[in-house]
Amino acid sequence: MEKLIILPFSIGFIYLLGILGFRVVKWVGGLSRLDKLRLIHSFKTRRFFDSIKEVFMEGLLHRKIFRKNPVLGYMHMSLAFGWFLLIVVGHIEVMVSRQSLIAPIYLPVFFRYFETDHSFMLSGIFSFLMDLLLLFVLSGVALALLKRFKKKLFGMKKTTRLKTGDRIALLSLWMIFPLRLLSEGMSAGLYGNGSFLTSTLGHIFGNLNSETANLSLWTAYSCSLGFFFAALPNSRYMHIPTEILLIFVRNAGVKLKKRNNTYTNIQVFSCSRCGLCLDNCQLSAAGINNTQSVYILKNIRNHNLSDEQLFNCLLCGKCEVDCPVGINTIDLRITQRIESTRQYNSSYKYLEDGPVPKADTVYFAGCMTHLTPGIIASMKKLFHLAGENVWFMDEEKAPCCGRPLMLAGQYEAASKLIANNTRKIIGSGAKKLVVSCPICYKVFKEDYELANVEVVFHAEYILNLLQQEIIALKKGSDRIIYHDPCELGRGMGMYEPPREVLRTTGKVIPIKNEKHMAHCCGGSLGNLKISQVERSLLRNQAVEDYLRYRPDVLATACPMCKKTFSRHPNLKVLDISEAVANALQISSDQESTKEKMKLEIHEFELI
Amino acid sequence: MNNKHVAVIGGGIAGMEAASVLARQGLKVTLIEKQANTGGKLNDWDHLFPDFSSPDELVNSLANKTKDSGVNTVCNTEISRIERNGKRFELRANQDVRFFADAVLVASGFNVFDATIKEEYGYGLFGNVITSVDFEKRMKKHGQLHTIQGTAPKRVAIIHCVGSRDAKVGNTYCSKVCCITGIKQAIEISEMLPDCEVFCFYMDLRLYGSKFDSLYLQAQKRHKIQFIRGRLSEAAERADKSIQIKAEDTLQGRPLRMTVDMVILLVGMEPGVSTSQLIQKNQMTVDENGFLKSANMHCARNQSTQEGIFMTGTAICPMAVNETLENARSAATEIIHFFENRRP
Ligand SMILES: Cc1cc2nc3c(=O)[nH]c(=O)nc-3n(C[C@H](O)[C@H](O)[C@H](O)COP(=O)(O)OP(=O)(O)OC[C@H]3O[C@@H](n4cnc5c(N)ncnc54)[C@H](O)[C@@H]3O)c2cc1C
Ligand code: SF4
Ligand code: SF4
Ligand code: SF4
Repeated sequence: MEKLIILPFSIGFIYLLGILGFRVVKWVGGLSRLDKLRLIHSFKTRRFFDSIKEVFMEGLLHRKIFRKNPVLGYMHMSLAFGWFLLIVVGHIEVMVSRQSLIAPIYLPVFFRYFETDHSFMLSGIFSFLMDLLLLFVLSGVALALLKRFKKKLFGMKKTTRLKTGDRIALLSLWMIFPLRLLSEGMSAGLYGNGSFLTSTLGHIFGNLNSETANLSLWTAYSCSLGFFFAALPNSRYMHIPTEILLIFVRNAGVKLKKRNNTYTNIQVFSCSRCGLCLDNCQLSAAGINNTQSVYILKNIRNHNLSDEQLFNCLLCGKCEVDCPVGINTIDLRITQRIESTRQYNSSYKYLEDGPVPKADTVYFAGCMTHLTPGIIASMKKLFHLAGENVWFMDEEKAPCCGRPLMLAGQYEAASKLIANNTRKIIGSGAKKLVVSCPICYKVFKEDYELANVEVVFHAEYILNLLQQEIIALKKGSDRIIYHDPCELGRGMGMYEPPREVLRTTGKVIPIKNEKHMAHCCGGSLGNLKISQVERSLLRNQAVEDYLRYRPDVLATACPMCKKTFSRHPNLKVLDISEAVANALQISSDQESTKEKMKLEIHEFELI
Repeated sequence: MNNKHVAVIGGGIAGMEAASVLARQGLKVTLIEKQANTGGKLNDWDHLFPDFSSPDELVNSLANKTKDSGVNTVCNTEISRIERNGKRFELRANQDVRFFADAVLVASGFNVFDATIKEEYGYGLFGNVITSVDFEKRMKKHGQLHTIQGTAPKRVAIIHCVGSRDAKVGNTYCSKVCCITGIKQAIEISEMLPDCEVFCFYMDLRLYGSKFDSLYLQAQKRHKIQFIRGRLSEAAERADKSIQIKAEDTLQGRPLRMTVDMVILLVGMEPGVSTSQLIQKNQMTVDENGFLKSANMHCARNQSTQEGIFMTGTAICPMAVNETLENARSAATEIIHFFENRRP
């Protein structure tokens, strides 16, 4: 009869184990053959231990959250690590008291209910430890309660919205440890098996202590556990077990490759909905508040993702930076776009197979650089000075690099362009492909197979010219702020080469929001839904931040960013190539191209 | 009313016309112009649409009218601030010069859109890309059109809506006069250089004024000007300095590529920059496009949101010459009513 109290717990627990087992088999089974081999192989290498360590550091200690915000980190750690220790120490306690290595799973959970006689070895120390750990966990629960009502305290501006499954799980989770405290306190009052926390509570209960009250408290405790376990698979707490799987799969080198597979599910279910990604997202400055990563992940999971949300995102990657779980939100979103988009059937007949000239170097300006002829003029000038044998591949007819289509989810159309460009680049026999747009750079690096043609970003190319002393610049006194383009910085991890180039032309001032925390200019090609007015709100937010440092020049390395910023009054915007070309001209006593042109026009007028 | 003093800011055609009407009614009027001469933008234009008349003649006759009616014209003086002081206004120019007035008429005009912002069209970078303003200035000065190489162009593309109706540059309104300016300039080119092909790239043609449509028909029928519906996406300079342009022909539904010797950008009208300072020390406001806002769109078009300050001409919104002059006369009428109704 007494044993009935373990029923709710056991049912919930067995149900949970069943579901988890089922999901692991389904998810791992759904990976591609190659990915499965990768996973199996990883178990035999050091990666396995790396994963174990990561599970411990991130899953239990929540180190990343700690770094971002100690209070929030403590909350997660006390709940996860505290509970983990309660289980471990509880088991050891049972083993010691039973003097056996095998103990039923439920026993440590309800130990103080069943073990009324309390005189085994070290029992005092154990009960002290268990009380301490319980206190540790309870402090986390208290913080979690506080967070729901006072999120500012946690350095967060927003928290996520809840749905019913989550509510049940959340409520039962909040109940578990307070109920455990009450039950253990009551038992301590009745049988004297507690320590500083539970005994004191037992004393306070005084006359309230009774066998029936005790039984009902323990039953309630068991129920809250049972409910929590039962609700877990359908709540956000599914992230706890899934994150462990994610760590192993990710460390094995599995990646999303433009097509959904179960790695999508593993990532989606790993999101703890901590909401850290909300705070970094600039869209809220334009009043867009329902398209951020956390909501997208939730909607993918609930099968109710709308195009409106999916495509209203800058793909700037700022949300990835702080995600404690390390979810690749950008890959996920692009894949989702590809999957959800009807492939627009283009024959691309105009991509004819004409002859390809031979050259050492190919320059691909791309659609965006074609909108900023100043960058093209500067690049031409630099190629000329470097004596480069260069073929300007898209000077006349401009096929696109394919990335904008990719961002829009048009994978097949993008593939046609990629194939066409690949043929030309390889056909030219060049060893080097120079690009001046980060959007192109990313797709050439990641989605093209160009054999031994090296893809070089213009910042690297120019830096090399400077280091080889092929060109020399006159350093000016301009205060320069360098704006990291999303696709180049967070997208490709290139932060230093453009800065090094700029340091040869003026003074690059460090600012707070730079590198991986840099703003998005708002011009992003990734967002297919945002209006021009909303874009200008994002741009103004970035510009206002930059203007606080009183720069003479806002430099960037992306034609898109340049165009977006140029429209803002009272700001001089230059691409690094233009900054370099200008510094060149000063040194050789020539006016800048623009000035020269004006002069020519003027001369003409005098005729 | 006769001892009342009106200060008119801006000696373009709007300010000149309003000043002379007011002075003829017996008011003391000071017309303040920042440039050395009155006349405003018209001093730069070669011929006026729709009748190819001379802007200089118009400006001269307006100048004579202001002089004969007794307007006190002050040039080389830029007003930077209008401050209300009880019932009067104090106007300040840059150098310690001040004016006092019982009513103010703002006729500060418009600014031409800076085409370098639309970098993809290459203005300021490619010698053969010019604006409609450059065209007028060159025609006025030389009476002929040349490419930067010194040759007569054989193909010219005229691009509509540069800096207007374009959310990307932040101007969503139509500048009204550029469509017809483009047609006028196309006809002028074809009369001057009969072998030259002229293409107009437009989104839609806004030919709202009287006689505008007949000019359009004339351009198509007699001068064989080709009108292509499509917005230019980009321009690039080729080695021989000719310009390759890319556009989408939206009627045919196909991308279009063409090489021309010269590109003329029909730049739009933007609110005058100086107006933003003018409205600082009073209760004047601007509308969603940045032009000065009327107290009422219909029945108080010339009244600003600050009592006692009126406005006229292209400081309110884009308009052509004849509308500007009508608007100036209506502003003068409103000012006279203002004094009549405000008995001390
Ligand atoms: C390319 C182009 C071609 C055109 N061609 C024609 C045409 O053929 N026919 C036609 O009907 N219309 C034409 N227009 C329209 C015509 O130019 C305008 O209708 C006319 O100029 C409006 O006159 P305004 O007095 O309102 O402004 P403006 O001509 O701009 O005059 C404003 C005056 O105020 C002065 N000012 C400004 N601020 C201050 C200050 N703070 N203090 C003192 N002075 C100040 C300025 O110096 C200027 O002289 C054309 C417009 C463009 C852009
Ligand atoms: S995506 Fe990452 S940061 Fe955003 S809620 Fe999920 S776990 Fe948190
Ligand atoms: S990628 Fe950028 S815009 Fe999109 S959700 Fe993340 S932070 Fe927001
Ligand atoms: S008048 Fe014509 S060219 Fe000018 S903005 Fe309007 S539609 Fe465009």
